[in-house]
Amino acid sequence: MDNNTFILSKKVINISLIMIAIGLISLAYGYFGGLGAGRIAANILMNTFYFLGIALIGLFFVAVHAIAESGWQVSVQRIGEAMSRFIPVGGILLLALFSLGGLSSLYEWTHTEHLDAILLKKVGYLNVPFFMIRFFIYFAGWIILAWLIRKTSLKLDVDGDKFYFNRLRTVSAIFIVFYAVTSVTSSFDWLMSIDAHWFSTLYGWYVFSSMLASGTAVIIILLYVLKRMGYMTHVNAEHVHDLGKYLFGFSIFWAYLWFSQYMLIWYANIPEETVYFYTRLKYFNTIFFLNLVLNLAVPLLVLMTRNSKRMFAVLLPVSAVVFIGHWIDMYQIVMPGVVGKEAGIGLLEIGLTVGYAGLFILVFFHSLSKAPLVPKNHPYFKESIEYHTNY
Amino acid sequence: MSKFISAYYHDEEDLIKGVRQIRNQGIEPADVRTPFPVHGLDKAMGMKRSRLTRVAFAGGAIGGLIGFFFQAWVFTVAYPINFGGKPFFAVPSFMPVTFEMTVLFAAFSMVIAFFIHNKLGPGAKTIIYDEQVTDDRFQILIEADDLDEPEQQRIEKALKEAGAQGIQLTS
Repeated sequence: MDNNTFILSKKVINISLIMIAIGLISLAYGYFGGLGAGRIAANILMNTFYFLGIALIGLFFVAVHAIAESGWQVSVQRIGEAMSRFIPVGGILLLALFSLGGLSSLYEWTHTEHLDAILLKKVGYLNVPFFMIRFFIYFAGWIILAWLIRKTSLKLDVDGDKFYFNRLRTVSAIFIVFYAVTSVTSSFDWLMSIDAHWFSTLYGWYVFSSMLASGTAVIIILLYVLKRMGYMTHVNAEHVHDLGKYLFGFSIFWAYLWFSQYMLIWYANIPEETVYFYTRLKYFNTIFFLNLVLNLAVPLLVLMTRNSKRMFAVLLPVSAVVFIGHWIDMYQIVMPGVVGKEAGIGLLEIGLTVGYAGLFILVFFHSLSKAPLVPKNHPYFKESIEYHTNY
Repeated sequence: MSKFISAYYHDEEDLIKGVRQIRNQGIEPADVRTPFPVHGLDKAMGMKRSRLTRVAFAGGAIGGLIGFFFQAWVFTVAYPINFGGKPFFAVPSFMPVTFEMTVLFAAFSMVIAFFIHNKLGPGAKTIIYDEQVTDDRFQILIEADDLDEPEQQRIEKALKEAGAQGIQLTS
């Protein structure tokens, strides 16, 4: 454990800056190439939400284990903490989108002059001032709690003081409760209100489970990248195994919620509910089924055996598939409602995602270099190193 | 009933060391009995991975297939009923039952396979070679049925060298 500090190399900065440049170029292409305000706004919303969700899962990962007082995750805890530093960036990007005219091109309910009977009933919740108030409440809570968790965790690392251990648990518990509510309402606000006539009470959990799976996939990918760079040498196959179990389980959890939503709507067959799946099955047929193959079939079948969860050679490709799969899931959540049948996957979609990924890894690695990479003084650090799974 | 050479320990660290030492001398313990799970004992005993997962997979696959095809047969051939204009072969509505059958069969097949393999379950005879094992002692059992006198003495000597606190012949 000699490489305790992560050094932000020039190479990492350059790669992420090139990726950000690709994103900006494709955004300019979308703007000047006349792809329409709706499609650009939808792309920005979808990518911001996707990477914001991953960042929130990083924080959730730390918080949930702090409450459970589990030991094994201590060795990879810094990855989750560093991921959470993207939350304020995502907040700024969303705020920019909403204040620069994104609201009117994304959400039908903002056009207050011609609302129909159904939308008029929802005006009490879906109106711009209340929408923005909720926006600031979510981000105030997330950013403050993320900052507190990070600060407490770093103080705990100084000498393993039990006081900070207990405080980390308390702050984490507050975050979990706050996040339980806001993860649902934020996806109602930003994603479900795109199809404002339609509603599903399961939606918040469905989006959360999607974030959970993609966030776990990103933790695995980043762990692999760090190991390739020569860091995180203390992380062994046992820890990778547990992350693999998470990826396997959360993928099935996602499919469970996806199906619960789909089957009830399919069975009840009420027009105001089926309209959601009607558009997606008619114009987004390939994406719709690809979503299920990438996010359920691949992780379920490939990660079923014990050995495939322990080897990066198998786990890494599956993580990449799940990462792309949940991007596609987010695509079929946002695009049909905003853009409709003209939507496609072109330079704008792919380039902008590369740009966001670049921004994400820049923030991630920058944050990672600010603190010791190995939480040596955490009370459970030894337990984490000695950890092993029985057969 | 078979005869066993039984050696007991008071400490689990000594036990693991003892098991490693006698295995190095080519003596394979038939079983090690402990009052609580001891970490690292599996590896020290050289136990192979449990094959229970394969049973679970087979059971789950059988259960899922039975669940799916039974419904398909009932709703298309045996007793087709029109539910709200849905097609008779309505795959989404089969899924919950298929899922539950998969889980049920996987769980039951695991429990049954475990009981059969370990000769456990209702009516099984409890065999305790040393009452103290249920309290604070750790016990290594080595089969002594086909052992001749010098071989038995060699094993007893090896056990004593491996730190056993008491050795006896049990049956």
